Amino acid sequence: MSELLIKNGFVFDPLQGIKGDRMDIGIKDGKIVETSALENPKTIDAAGMTVMAGGVDIHSHVVGPKVNIGRLFRPEDKLFKSPHKSPTCSRMEMGSSVPSTFKTGYDYARMGYVFVNEAAMPPLHSPHVHEEIRDTPIIDNAAMPVFGNNWFTLEYLKNNEIENNAAYTAWLLRATRGFGIKVVNPGGSEAWGWGLNCVHIHDPVPYFDITPARIIKGLIETNEHLGLPHSMHLHCNNLGNPGNYTDTLESLRLAEGYTPKNNFGREQVMHVTHLQFHAYGGDSWGNVESRSKDIMDYVNAHDNITVDMGQVTLDETTTMTADGPFEHHLRALNNLKWANVDVELETAAGVVPYIYSPKVKVCTIQWAVGLELALFSKDLMRTFVTTDHPNAGPFTRYPQVITWLMSRAARDETMKTFKWLDRTIESTSIDSIDRELTLYEIAQMTRAGPAKALGISNIYGGLAPGMDADVAVYPLNPEDMPSDPAAIEKAFARCAWLVKDGVVTVKDGEIVAEPAKRTIWVDVKVPDNAQVQRDIYEHFLRHYSVKLDNYSLFEEHLHNPRVIEVNAAQ
Amino acid sequence: MQHNEVIRSMKTVTLTLTNPSELLLEGQSITPDNFAGKKAAEIATLDVWEGKQKGPLGKYFTVAGDGGATAADTRIILRGDCTRVKRIGQQMTAGEIIIEGNADMYIGGWMKGGKIHVKGNVDSFCGIGMEGGELIVDGNAKHHVGASPRGEWRGMKGGLIRVAGSVGNDTATFINGGTIIIGGDADIHVSTHGEGGTVVIKGDARGRVGGQMVKGDIYVYGTIENPLPGFKMVGEVEQEVDGETALFAHYIGDLGERHPISRGKTVYANLYTRI
Amino acid sequence: MSKKVENVGCPYCGVCCDDLVVTVSDDGKKILEVENACAIGNQIFHHATGGERVRLPRLRQPDGTYKDISYDEAIDYAANVLYKAKKPLIYGFGSTNCEGMAAAAKVAEKAGAVLDNCASICHGSSFLAMFDNGYPSCTLGETKNRADVIVYWGANPAHAHPRHMSRYSIFPRGFFTGKGHKSRKIIVVDPRHTDTAQVADIYLQVQQGHDYELFDAFRAVVRGHEIPDVVAGIRREQIVEVADILKKARFGTIFYGMGLCHSDGRNHNVDIAISLTRDLNDFTKWTIMAMRGHYNITGPGAVWSWQYGYPYCLDLTKRDIAHMNPGETSSIDLAMRDEVDAFINIGTDAGAHFPIDAVKHLRKHPWITIDPNICMASEISDLHIPVGIVGVEVPGIVYRMDNVPIQYRKVIDPPEGVISDEEVFERIHKRLCELEAEEVAKEPVKAAPEGVRVGE
Repeated sequence: MSELLIKNGFVFDPLQGIKGDRMDIGIKDGKIVETSALENPKTIDAAGMTVMAGGVDIHSHVVGPKVNIGRLFRPEDKLFKSPHKSPTCSRMEMGSSVPSTFKTGYDYARMGYVFVNEAAMPPLHSPHVHEEIRDTPIIDNAAMPVFGNNWFTLEYLKNNEIENNAAYTAWLLRATRGFGIKVVNPGGSEAWGWGLNCVHIHDPVPYFDITPARIIKGLIETNEHLGLPHSMHLHCNNLGNPGNYTDTLESLRLAEGYTPKNNFGREQVMHVTHLQFHAYGGDSWGNVESRSKDIMDYVNAHDNITVDMGQVTLDETTTMTADGPFEHHLRALNNLKWANVDVELETAAGVVPYIYSPKVKVCTIQWAVGLELALFSKDLMRTFVTTDHPNAGPFTRYPQVITWLMSRAARDETMKTFKWLDRTIESTSIDSIDRELTLYEIAQMTRAGPAKALGISNIYGGLAPGMDADVAVYPLNPEDMPSDPAAIEKAFARCAWLVKDGVVTVKDGEIVAEPAKRTIWVDVKVPDNAQVQRDIYEHFLRHYSVKLDNYSLFEEHLHNPRVIEVNAAQ
Repeated sequence: MQHNEVIRSMKTVTLTLTNPSELLLEGQSITPDNFAGKKAAEIATLDVWEGKQKGPLGKYFTVAGDGGATAADTRIILRGDCTRVKRIGQQMTAGEIIIEGNADMYIGGWMKGGKIHVKGNVDSFCGIGMEGGELIVDGNAKHHVGASPRGEWRGMKGGLIRVAGSVGNDTATFINGGTIIIGGDADIHVSTHGEGGTVVIKGDARGRVGGQMVKGDIYVYGTIENPLPGFKMVGEVEQEVDGETALFAHYIGDLGERHPISRGKTVYANLYTRI
Repeated sequence: MSKKVENVGCPYCGVCCDDLVVTVSDDGKKILEVENACAIGNQIFHHATGGERVRLPRLRQPDGTYKDISYDEAIDYAANVLYKAKKPLIYGFGSTNCEGMAAAAKVAEKAGAVLDNCASICHGSSFLAMFDNGYPSCTLGETKNRADVIVYWGANPAHAHPRHMSRYSIFPRGFFTGKGHKSRKIIVVDPRHTDTAQVADIYLQVQQGHDYELFDAFRAVVRGHEIPDVVAGIRREQIVEVADILKKARFGTIFYGMGLCHSDGRNHNVDIAISLTRDLNDFTKWTIMAMRGHYNITGPGAVWSWQYGYPYCLDLTKRDIAHMNPGETSSIDLAMRDEVDAFINIGTDAGAHFPIDAVKHLRKHPWITIDPNICMASEISDLHIPVGIVGVEVPGIVYRMDNVPIQYRKVIDPPEGVISDEEVFERIHKRLCELEAEEVAKEPVKAAPEGVRVGE
């Protein structure tokens, strides 16, 4: 197979501690190799440019039923807003805040990303998720089934049956070809089945009579019992409400006393996602304020937790979450169209368009909160760039987020557009923060850190020999950084080169090849468990609307799989 | 104001449809904005579409006259049967278009300024997503006059649409602002989901007038065959509408819909029927 | 030994029963018995092996007769028709799998065609309502497990969706609904006293064409306003009584059908039903669902939404951007206005379903039918390409009326030599690429990438 040599770039690889050294990267047969192993490589001249591993997104809604409702019910998200198809791509690229599968793959690749973790897969809909994965070009995908409102999980954890819950979890990961344990508004989305919610972590779930706190702890225990690559991945209760930071802190404290048990280099037991939505003080929209400092003080002091930002990008977008009651709440705030899908025995979902406007005080405070979380972080290997795509903004705005993080001037420029600048400054700390992140720190937040937290840092997120040959080269010279922040944004929006699996995929910001993508899933071996088998049989016999034998994904609907095997049978 | 005192010399481009398409034409390039600053020969090279075939405007139309310096200085006259030419004047911001006969869909769609005068009939979706300017139709219009594009809750924002004849259904869906005056009758659904603006129906309306409407005004001079139960009469008022004063019965609604509260008072949509 | 195939999905209606048991003869060529299916579903399976099937593509001859041709010849003919047409229309997909729909989209994009599905003449108005007002819904198991109030509005499942009431809505015993039918209140709204109305606790005989007014009255009452004495033929007292039941439900689902989609106002009837559902969620839990017709007519809406962002009426003629506006880009409108110059009818019967004027316009141009069976469309076509029956001879993913994907199985082999819809489209795509390459070789300038156009 082909050989490549990426010459003379400034290499940033936090997994190996490489901080902008001028180095060559060798590639052979789709893997990174020592340059000495190359015989007759083609050369990519990366002199004066930044070289990183392909980007890794830990939390993004890109495939599946709620994403697709977001596409379907927003024709206005396409009209006059879609780009004309690139002549170098094989398919059209429609959509703006919720792009088509093709546009999703192309745009991630143009930004130098190679791995995207779908943040919420309703298990009943897994064949749909995998159909969309098939149609998302270039990038590798994993998808996390949701567990936090699943009736099996609620019943097992209520009775403290961790082994049974673990056996069920292993079964469901296999049935859906899923990646890890996602928890969305634990208990609250089940309560939404009755139009209710669990706002606080000690509110019992109707009928099931278990608290969100118990669900969270039980799923951490389940995760570590199994030793999965990724940790329990949590969307906290009480998302998006003033004063919710106390609930968030309570949720974070639930991880105390737990240590990771896995063979994948993961060091956290809890990943808390889109933290921005969970870091508000005040008790009304009138006096909402940033509590990012309180939250990050806790996160900084507890290294068994990782977080991602959920940065608001101040765009018109489409919110979508398995947090059904939240979307119902949101539609009452902005009166826009609302889609909802409650999924039997498992979860819920809601979708509402939303406009984050620089003219609205709450939106500009949210913007500040997200950036503060990253800028207050003492460990960027545990703090990741996301926009909770498309909830706080589309993923295509990562280059802008990176620019805000790297440049105080860029932040100031954006703040100049705020209608309620004084009130925003009063209610946040953003104006007092001068910190500007380095390229090394950006590499931590966008590839090395997420890969490590996902437990896949032996394959993705770094440039050590033996890893996948996924390499992004950005037209950015660390020794001569542009004074204009817009130039940073431009560089991260369109990489100079992306090599995916050893194939030159992007050149000068344009897609030049569409190499086969993969589906990553986790197969856990557990001891036979007759009770769980019986429970599964019973629920499918009586309560599901599909047959058990039609529920598990048929092998023919799994596309180019890469399985991560875990043995929890001992 | 210095600007107004300058006598603007408007230049006229005359397009005559001499070689009609087999299927239909999409003529979104026919706007003063696209013609401005171009000679006749350049205008003839602008793209129009017949299905998947892109061709130059000059393949179908003879072009006489050059564009003005700016859109505001450009007048376009369309001659020949444009019954199957869509999207004339789409997204125009200034200048003038005169269509001597009929025209097809989307005339004046997403228009921001300037003026379009159609002397015949137009098909559906005229003035869709309109933000400003003036669209005058001497004949009839089909459906979705001044409506919002699919899924868009920010419908017509401004401008004036005047149809002398009758209109089909779905007039002014999601209207947010601007004025629509229909000389004749309207089929079902007027200002559905409306949140502003004014619609005047000088003839009869068949029904579903103001359904799911939050804010805004509707005047019906004739009868409403099937009034909605969500509208309640609150009195009689004298009002001046389109230059004439008359007495109207005043209804508020749609009581089934949400309504904002402004200064302690609930704001309803108003429906006035002439007494 | 005959063989039983279990957990078979039914290729009839949007209920997508997946509990069928099909007995196949020992040579695997004959379907002997179908258990659990309704009469219509049963018939589809038996039909597959019951009579003569078309085994080769048939091309219309100058004398009006059909002549058998090879698949290669048929593919070449179809690709050339698509390639030469200015605005071809590919329509249907009521009865095929998502793999076929994805392949067809690839063809439509390459050929610069309009791509549409049967929703265009069916639940398309539901899409329009979703665009404007959203869709608060749920999966059918939610209704089964939780619902204590069921509304069927303008829908007659007793005939159109035979097992809907027993599997999901009225009769089943679910997790929180252990008493089944006894624990549920059934409300039917329909101008006709249908067989579904027979099982209703409350039947409202709405005046035909005035559903919108009745919804408006319900909404006004739910918000505490007065309404006239009679609305749409229903007395005020009864409207107030029903509104109270709706508000006091623990969990309710409104199932609606063609009575809303195909009477005056169409999408607006669905739109205001969605508004009522929104309103009721301020009091308790309510959901709404379209009674989608064919077993996989939800499929193209799903597949094309993830591929282009639009569920139907996709105008791909510009090849670099998709455009959708039902009323313009919808099949019937295009046909009635004589806007298209080639037609592919796939997995449906436009010959039977389209208005005669639309058929006449379409028939002026090449007409190709892709379908397992002989139907009206196949008999007026220039070319008929037979394919395997999805759900019987071809497996694949289909989407149930609640958007839940169901994995369908293959029960028997298709007749020898007959290929799937997916393969037909994949091969047409390949042939189109070849035609394009030939053109590029001849006239390199003409096929160069197009520049940015003015406006949309």
